[in-house]
Amino acid sequence: MSIKQKGSFGVAQIILFLSVAVLVVVVAVPVLLIFFNAFWADGQFNIEDVLMVLKQPDTYQALINSLIIAIGTTVGSTIVGTFFAWLVTRTDLPYKTFMKSMFLVPFMLPSFIGALAWKMLLSPNAGFINRYWMDTLGFSSPLFDIYSYLGIMIVEVMYLFPFVFIQVCGALERMDPTLEESARISGAGLLTITRKITIPLVLPSIISGALLVMLYSMAHFGTVAVLGIENGIFNIPTLIYQKIHQSAGSFESIRTGTVLSTVLVATAALIIWLQGKILSKGHYQIIGGKSFRPMELKLRGLRTPLFLFCLAYIGFTIVLPTIVIFLVGGLKTYGLAFTWENLSLDNYKFILFDYKVTKDAIFNSLSLGLGSAFITMFAGVMISYVIVKMRVKGKGILEFLGMLPFSVPGSVIALGVILAWSGKYGVNLYNTVWIILVAYIARYMAFSLRANSAALEQVHDSLIEASRSCGATMWQSLKDIVIPLVKPGMLAAFFLIFLPSLRELTVSIMLYSPTTRTIGVAIYTLNEDGETVVSAALAGIALILIILGQTIINRFTKKEGA
Amino acid sequence: MDDIIKIENVSKAYDKHQVLNNLDLSIKRGECFTLLGPSGCGKTVLLRLIAGFEVPETGKVYIDNTLVTDADGGDMVSADRRGLGIVFQDYAVWPHMTVFENVSYPLKIAKKPKEELTATTMRMIEMVGLKDLDKRLPSELSGGQQQRVALARALVANSSLMLLDEPLSNLDANLREEMRFEIKELQRELNVTVLYVTHDQEIALAIADRVAVMDEKGNIRQIGTPYEIFERPSDPFVFNFMGIANYLSVREEGGKYLVANGNQVIPWKNPEGTATSWVGGFRPSDVEVTRDGEGLTGVIKRASFLGATMHYLIDIDGDEFNTSIETHEAVEKNLIFEEGETCKISFKDLLWFDAEDLKEVTKQ
Repeated sequence: MSIKQKGSFGVAQIILFLSVAVLVVVVAVPVLLIFFNAFWADGQFNIEDVLMVLKQPDTYQALINSLIIAIGTTVGSTIVGTFFAWLVTRTDLPYKTFMKSMFLVPFMLPSFIGALAWKMLLSPNAGFINRYWMDTLGFSSPLFDIYSYLGIMIVEVMYLFPFVFIQVCGALERMDPTLEESARISGAGLLTITRKITIPLVLPSIISGALLVMLYSMAHFGTVAVLGIENGIFNIPTLIYQKIHQSAGSFESIRTGTVLSTVLVATAALIIWLQGKILSKGHYQIIGGKSFRPMELKLRGLRTPLFLFCLAYIGFTIVLPTIVIFLVGGLKTYGLAFTWENLSLDNYKFILFDYKVTKDAIFNSLSLGLGSAFITMFAGVMISYVIVKMRVKGKGILEFLGMLPFSVPGSVIALGVILAWSGKYGVNLYNTVWIILVAYIARYMAFSLRANSAALEQVHDSLIEASRSCGATMWQSLKDIVIPLVKPGMLAAFFLIFLPSLRELTVSIMLYSPTTRTIGVAIYTLNEDGETVVSAALAGIALILIILGQTIINRFTKKEGA
Repeated sequence: MDDIIKIENVSKAYDKHQVLNNLDLSIKRGECFTLLGPSGCGKTVLLRLIAGFEVPETGKVYIDNTLVTDADGGDMVSADRRGLGIVFQDYAVWPHMTVFENVSYPLKIAKKPKEELTATTMRMIEMVGLKDLDKRLPSELSGGQQQRVALARALVANSSLMLLDEPLSNLDANLREEMRFEIKELQRELNVTVLYVTHDQEIALAIADRVAVMDEKGNIRQIGTPYEIFERPSDPFVFNFMGIANYLSVREEGGKYLVANGNQVIPWKNPEGTATSWVGGFRPSDVEVTRDGEGLTGVIKRASFLGATMHYLIDIDGDEFNTSIETHEAVEKNLIFEEGETCKISFKDLLWFDAEDLKEVTKQ
């Protein structure tokens, strides 16, 4: 399928050109502009300014905060994730399959909605739990202040620990039990086996999961925005948002933003590099590919207490916040008690049918989600085709560009998009819905490339050559052979983009205008404006949409798999 | 007979690895031509060049007297316009299409009317022995059946030229034997030209009208009928590649031709040529062993009873070779040897090679 072939010259050339164009315009230009802006001032390369910006107290503090929160969250998630993974794979805990799927639920839920729920429960003066603690039980100070480093970390752990959990579960399930059995035959006790055999073998997965948590936490906007700003705790993404938002795009604030972004990208790149190293090193023996039946530890007397502990954890971290969101969404006014007289569906009706802000937001999110999912799905197939199937020079650059957004946090992409698309280079999309669309496409392109590349790898070259030799032109073989065979990958890409975009906050919050709020932005801003009940009701609607979408996907993928 | 494929001066390299070197080849209309060579010798590359999936650095390819590939910048006919049928090693049957859809695809592309398409496809499916399986998906077929689908698909458009790339190597031995006769039969019945690429000598000999033997460097060593290739190999490489080969070295000393390291004079026609030392090549079946009489004297180094045959490893003055005798014959003629016994050796057929040439072949 060499492009030198003159018979298919046109088509191959067009595909290649389009792929490069899409990636350069959507991904490369915004990211490069960030670096350019950070290091290039007054017509020359300038590192002193960069250091100046980093030395300012607020930026310095944000860097430290990002680090503290990320480290705390990573440690917490690693402990929680590994413990639960071990519990559901290696012990005789009752209802393990159910538990396992429950521990994965936080993947689905937007963490900023969770943070909102915890704010309602544990804000020092108005949180329901703290009020109960002080008013009914008579304590003089609140039980727990969620507006703190510890509070932020705990909430982040609740939503990020599945990254560790899923990796460790996978490793423990695929680990060849004979490795442990042979240690046992050699006379080692269970503790020794765990310490000398199991943990070293699973360690790469634990670390890889932990680094993933670190990556997300460093770049995490939602939780810190909801819980930190009250007490002046900023991390890098929230400070970027604050700077851009407050000063409406002044040179100074953009400068700070780009410098912070550079730090964020560098850290992310370092983490991803580390993860790659550890994974490539740790990929050896344990991955047998097959599922074995590992030996289970009898929990005996601890079985019931641990079971109850899991239930309590799930109830406390998943069920309780969700219920609070729906209940608050039903209240007439925030602060009233949860009694039948105070609860109604009026807020839900209001936001769905009467309130322009929320109606717009739902419409915007749905159309942005569909639009970006469609565009990214098709662009992803095209670019993957070039990367996987065409023998052209420089396709490594395409691959690099496509995967770049994995290491570029959402707030950085948003800032880059602002730099590129606010009129400085001829096109002004600022304050329109299009700028959000462009940013979504950049952010989610990597998802699409992954899914589509994987699908295309399965389509052997000879299948395409066979159709060419049957007389099909390049277009015909794309249409008849390639597209039908990668359809599952395309669908996967579509949903991988559509669902997250419904709850997207980090990118849209930097780019919205009064008429282009997304669901995430609307929930956040309404809450900031003190419209707590309306915001909670919208969050409830969002949760319903997300759960609905997830259920449809699960049904769908099961059918495809059969 | 005119040439349906003509390849002139074709070279192809991947990065720095030269695969084909100034290669010329002609294939006659209506013949079954086999390209035989060890794996990695560039035979598949040659097939892909003819198919239009690769572009050479130099040279020209003609199909049906039309220039289809020209490295010097002439117009290139793309793969879809060459009108070839191709069968791939991994079948390349499209997994999302039924047998019928797979086989009828070339006709669909050619925009044949519906009745004709259906009739031709069904006839072809029946011809390859897949009657009543037309609604199956490839995943519901065995490997052999998938290979038949690929074959039918390559034949359905009535192309006059078929390219087959190791089409049977993924099948088990019995099926392979069955399929190779079927391919041969289909080729005769439909009167198509077949270019068959393989590394399997047995298939090549069984199926081909003519065979071309390629070496690791992508050079064609010999072209000829299966008989010529097997019985009259042009050089040690071909001889060596075409089956189990034994060698006996011969040196010249004072005008006499002596065997191996000893002093026995060869009892046959002397080798000709300018070489100083020779090797006599023969196959195990060419060896005649007797108790006494004419021939060279050898020692039985190892005797193994393999049921139907007796297997001997024989040493003649330092050169060793294998041969076997059918057990009943050995009993009749008193040829059951013990290890260490001496015997007389003569050869039904012996080919002389320059010892230097052979060294080059055997070291590979």
